[in-house]
Parts: sequence; C-alpha cells; structure tokens
Amino acid sequence: MIKLDNVSKSFTLHNQGSAVIPVMTGASLQVDPGECVGLIGASGAGKSTLMRLIYGNYLAASGQILINGVDVARAQPREILALRRDTLGYVSQFLRVVPRVPTLDVVADPLLVVGTPLEEARDKAATLLSKLNIPQRLWGLSPTTFSGGEQQRVNIARGFAHEYPALLLDEPTASLDARNRETVLELISGAKDRGAAIIGIFHDEAARAAVCDRFVDVSDFSPKAAA
Amino acid sequence: MTPLLSVRNIKKTYGARIGCTDVSFDLFPGEVMGIVGESGSGKSTLLNCLAGHLEADRGQVIFDTRADGPMDTLQMSEPERRMLGRTDWAFVHQHARDGLRMSVSAGGNIGERLMAVGDRHYGNIRERAIDWLGRVEIAENRVDDRPSAFSGGMQQRLQIARNLVTGPRLVFMDEPTGGLDVSVQARLLDLLRGLVREMGLSAIIVTHDLAVVRLLADRLMVMKDGHVVETGLTDQVLDDPQHAYTQLLVSSVLQV
Repeated sequence: MIKLDNVSKSFTLHNQGSAVIPVMTGASLQVDPGECVGLIGASGAGKSTLMRLIYGNYLAASGQILINGVDVARAQPREILALRRDTLGYVSQFLRVVPRVPTLDVVADPLLVVGTPLEEARDKAATLLSKLNIPQRLWGLSPTTFSGGEQQRVNIARGFAHEYPALLLDEPTASLDARNRETVLELISGAKDRGAAIIGIFHDEAARAAVCDRFVDVSDFSPKAAA
Repeated sequence: MTPLLSVRNIKKTYGARIGCTDVSFDLFPGEVMGIVGESGSGKSTLLNCLAGHLEADRGQVIFDTRADGPMDTLQMSEPERRMLGRTDWAFVHQHARDGLRMSVSAGGNIGERLMAVGDRHYGNIRERAIDWLGRVEIAENRVDDRPSAFSGGMQQRLQIARNLVTGPRLVFMDEPTGGLDVSVQARLLDLLRGLVREMGLSAIIVTHDLAVVRLLADRLMVMKDGHVVETGLTDQVLDDPQHAYTQLLVSSVLQV
C-alpha cells in the first residue's frame, strides 16, 4: 500500500547564504494493508519530515514514494489531491480549519468531499465526537477556541471520519488522558482490522506497543549515518 | 479529463515593461488555483488577460465551452466573449463598486445577469434574487436597497451573488477579501468555500494574502516581475518553498 524507495530530502535556504541542509537520504520502507509501522528516532531525526514527504507536503529531492500506485514524489498536484481525498489520511499535530465552521462540519468534511450524503456524514461525525468525549454542546462551535487536547481530538475524529486505506498519524495520543488514549488506540486497531496501512509516530511507549506491528528507526536515514 | 481552462504562453507588455510573460497552466474542473506575489508582480495583469479585460500580446486561453468544446477565447469575437462573461464565467473585483451597479437595487443587480441570459419573468427573477441574497447572508428586506447603502462586506457578498446567480463554471477573483476587516474576511472565505464545493466551481484567485490561499486554493502559482517562479500544491509551496522569492515571501508573513 505504501512503499518508499531510496527517498532523500534536503532544504536549500536561499535567503540564508544558500545553505543546503541535507535531512534525509536512502529512506526505504514498505507498509502492507492491515499493518501499523511505528517511526522511531530521537527528536529531530526526521520522523515528521518523512511523514510530510509521504503526504506530499514536502517535495522529495529524489527517490520514489508509491501510495496505491501513485508516486507522490512525481505526481501532479491534482493527482495528490485525489489521493488525499480518497486514499491517504493524515492526522497532524495541529488543527487547521476555516474560522467559523462548526466542529461537527469540520469532522464531517472529509466524508462530504467523497460524496457522502450530508445526514450520513453528520451522523458519523457525531458518533466519532461522542466516542472521543467532545461534549455535544461544543459541536455547533468552531474548534478554533477549543483547548489543545480538544482540538487534537477533533483532529483525530476528522482523520478517522472517512475510512482511508492509508493513514499517517503524527503523535495521535500525545497530550490525551488515559481514557481518550484508549479510544484512539481502539480507532487505530479498528482501522487496521479493516485493512488500512498505517504509519505512526508515538512517543508514548505503551501506545506504541499496543498498536505497532514493527518499527522503523528514522535515524538510519539521516545523512550523517550514511556518511 | 479535459482541462476546463488551458493557458499557453500568455504575454502582456506595457511598452518596454513586462506585465506578465510565458505563463502556461491547465485548470481542471473543480480546481481552485491561487496566484500570489507582491504588488507589481503581474498577477492582476495576468488575471485580466485571462478574463479578456486586457488584450494579451500573444498566447492562448483555451476554454472548454459547453456547446463547442475547447475554444481559444482570445480568438473569439467580442460578442461571443461577452456572452461567455455573462454565462460560464464570472469575475469578482477587488472593489465591489467595480462589479456592481451602485444606482440599481440589490435585487436589480442580481436580476440583471439573469435577464442578460434571457430570463424575463419578473416574479422568477425576484425570487431567485432573494434566494441568492439569503445564500450570501443578506437579509431579504434589503432587496430593494441600493448597494451604496451597504457596508463594504455586504457589497462584496452582493457582488458574489450577482456573479454566481447564472451558475458559472469558472470564477476569476481579484483580491476578493482585500480591504475587508478580518471577521468579515473569515465569513466571506467560509461562504466562498461552501459555494465552490456545492456548485463544483473552478476558480482562479489572485491575492497577496497567503492565509487566504491556504484556505481556499488547491494549487498555487507564485509570480515575481511578470514571471511564474514556482507552482505546486498549495500546502507544499507554503511549507516547503523551493524558489528564493517564495521562501522570502513565506518567511515574511507576520505571526499573529
């Protein structure tokens, strides 16, 4: 489902003396349907960078990033948009939404763009929000004013609304209490059971052990290690 | 899939100065493309060339018309192009005054576009005008007021209603949120996003506000000195800019 082959990435800072900062080289990994792979490595090793490369948010310098047959490193913007709409979900650490849009609609949005009828999409969004313990009185409000933990749970609900065949999870359990963490882990297990290929970053060891089938150490891809 | 709009090598000069040059891109149905750049980068010149408000020196603007398939709009006769401008195309100006008739009522402003495409039944026209006022969140009882009695944000929403009432497929927008205060901007952005999705519109939005394109545009084109310096997915261009100018633009945004 997800296959990376010899991916490298460097940043060129044109306005700071054209400094070239290599951040990743020779990254290769494969994730099959129903499998959850955990990315490990110290802070700054490039875990989030690797995820952003897979999502097409960063432009890979070389190599191949195949998701369901589409090479994200070479694809046209509209191919990547179609991939993100139908196939590839991403739960980032930050929630980015249009101001004024109610939480329920923020969560239902990924369903609406794949053509789910409004009622059905809202029902599913409501189910997820209740599961994640967002009080119903907040559903009609924009999540921009929510606390950090609430925003994160809204973000997770949004990420799990549509059943993406491939999922990228950037610290989905950080800053959640035990009960909510359990719910998130259940959602992840559920996604695995329906055959989703998942790449996750978990700092919480217990969470990591609970859902990950194997681990990839991102420090192996750091340019220094290769030199 | 046939692109809705294919732009090839558009060039426009003002005497010896370059307005914009070598601009080519394809826009597909349902896509929203943002064009960003500083003042004088040629983004408005380009938009006006595409929409036929300015005559390009050379190049092609091929639009996939409903009746005859892809046609170069720059080779069309003036009446043909005007017809396109009233039906499948819409243009939202930065200043609502440029896109509205200020001495005609709000309902008249919306109705005029309907009459231009052959609608003659007064009751129907008024009914649709009121429906559209509702969609852009203007109270029904303002239908007989002139836009000069409206606030800036209301005028902008009225301009959008006037443009979208005929169900266009391609909307050109020049700084649609420029000059509005942020709370009105947010409301307008939300409205535009909803309309783009509901109606399956394609749009080209010129703006210097990077936050606006992040929310509205799928794709981004960055212009400097009349040239396109970078294109790509909106979030990729903003989060991992490749060109020196884009890096400068992105790093210059003030944090709130």
